[in-house]
Amino acid sequence: MAYKIIASQCTSCSACEAECPNVAISEKNGTFVINPKKCTECIGHFDIPQCVAVCPVDNTCVIDNSFPRYQAPGGAA
Amino acid sequence: MDDSSSFDVVAAEPLDDIMQKIAEHKGCGTSSDGGKASCGSSDGPDDMAPEIWEKVKNHPCYSEEAHHHYARMHVAVAPACNIQCNYCNRKYDCANESRPGVVSEKLTPEQASKKVLAVASTIPQMTVLGIAGPGDPLANPAKTFKTFELISQTAPDIKLCLSTNGLALPDHVDTIAKYNVDHVTITINMVDPEVGAQIYPWIFWNHKRVEGIEAARILTERQMKGLEMLTERGILCKVNSVMIPGINDKHLVEVNKAVKSRGAFLHNIMPLISAPEHGTVFGLNGQRGPSAQELKALQDACEGEMNMMRHCRQCRADAVGLLGEDRSAEFTTDKIMEMEVSYDLESRQAYQNAVEQERLAKVAAKKAEMETLAQEDASDLKILVAVATKGSGRINEHFGHANEFQVYELSSSEGAKFVGHRRVDLYCQGGYGEEDALETVIRAINDCTAVFVAKIGHCPKDTLSAAGIEPIDQYAYEFIEQSAIAYFKDYLARVKSGEIVHVARGDADIRQGAFIEA
Repeated sequence: MAYKIIASQCTSCSACEAECPNVAISEKNGTFVINPKKCTECIGHFDIPQCVAVCPVDNTCVIDNSFPRYQAPGGAA
Repeated sequence: MDDSSSFDVVAAEPLDDIMQKIAEHKGCGTSSDGGKASCGSSDGPDDMAPEIWEKVKNHPCYSEEAHHHYARMHVAVAPACNIQCNYCNRKYDCANESRPGVVSEKLTPEQASKKVLAVASTIPQMTVLGIAGPGDPLANPAKTFKTFELISQTAPDIKLCLSTNGLALPDHVDTIAKYNVDHVTITINMVDPEVGAQIYPWIFWNHKRVEGIEAARILTERQMKGLEMLTERGILCKVNSVMIPGINDKHLVEVNKAVKSRGAFLHNIMPLISAPEHGTVFGLNGQRGPSAQELKALQDACEGEMNMMRHCRQCRADAVGLLGEDRSAEFTTDKIMEMEVSYDLESRQAYQNAVEQERLAKVAAKKAEMETLAQEDASDLKILVAVATKGSGRINEHFGHANEFQVYELSSSEGAKFVGHRRVDLYCQGGYGEEDALETVIRAINDCTAVFVAKIGHCPKDTLSAAGIEPIDQYAYEFIEQSAIAYFKDYLARVKSGEIVHVARGDADIRQGAFIEA
């Protein structure tokens, strides 16, 4: 599983892009998107997902249920 | 050509000539209000150390006296922010918005650099480039400093400044010094974390979202440390504070002392902008902004401690032009990318030299009038007057065309002192007035005894008189301060002779929203 950004709420401020430890976030068509293949939900990096913590609009960076939850290598987390 | 062409004063002409030459040189038209000059204040070279005067004399935000001569521009290269404020809503952003921090177009550092050159070539009095968001410049350090680097290479005479919330400031002070950024504004709304918790819901700090009193404690520590580090390095610091009645209004006196003791050069207390349609926490929970009288009382209370800035227009983060005007629509990304830009340092310098001459003439006129005032019977009486002006330090705007009035406090001790401006909706459009708009104007200058105008119709004249505001058109196109002092002498004489009775005026409204050219 991964996080996704709800495009209609994204202010395109770019704050998440710089904070993502996986470089999974980029600008596309005026808003920012998360590459689900790169997103680790920040597991192994930080206590909380950085995009969620820094986003100025609450409930804009949310879990994308269309992917299974991320499993840290070795089965941790 | 507008009314400025009817000036009968020689000093204004060289500016117009130079503007015309520049316009011809570029083969393009230019707005005819290029001859803007000073309206002056005591912020002159006599009041400060020469090295500081050199830094502020052509900075419109740092010198009230300069803000009528020199223009600034902001470039929006820094959209990310690291704190959340209850007076800000990052979601809301459209071309019709006109609040501080809001911007229509984001720029890359390369686009920003091109825009600065385009504007500086078109507006020779543009001397200052600021990065002020809509996010926090130091939450976007790579973009901010890349922009400074590009501009310092191509336009070395332009002063660089930035405006920050201060959270990341201590980490970047050395880089700020390296790029010769000599003016930094820090927004400081509190020094008490309990007050701060009511203003800042959270900060993003060390990869965590920190809330409440702890967030405010970290923020104030970082702000104070950053301020100290800047002033130690001789970088001029202005402190902006948002006055939020019931939350930090009384507390801002403490803030003033704290920043003064750490070497801040100027304190700018601004009224909260808050309306439900802005969608901010304060807008939605009904938090009101201060009235004109409340704002002035707080500014007066802090003034003994340090310089107070009273000419702030709370402009947009992409504003271009003199304070009080916004020419950003002339410089959209599409337009600047098509412009052929040649940076002409020489014509910029020639223009700026002419501006300096005009400033000296105005200061001399004020001084001469002030000396005659000193000979009159001293009085403790103080009154406010409003002035319709479009720059040049002169009473040169029609009442019905004014979209803001400048307010001066007149007294025996200080003569004419600039204390603020009041924005109003255009009262007159296409030559006929609208009653509702006139009422708005009267509410905005209701604390004034008189309003100085270049021209005014019979109807608004009668309405103003009925509201107790004396319309004065006899000083049309004269210097503001000289005329105001002359009026005040006459006013005192009329009070003394019993011809009129001095009446204390009521409060006035502050219009919501950042300034945008109507």
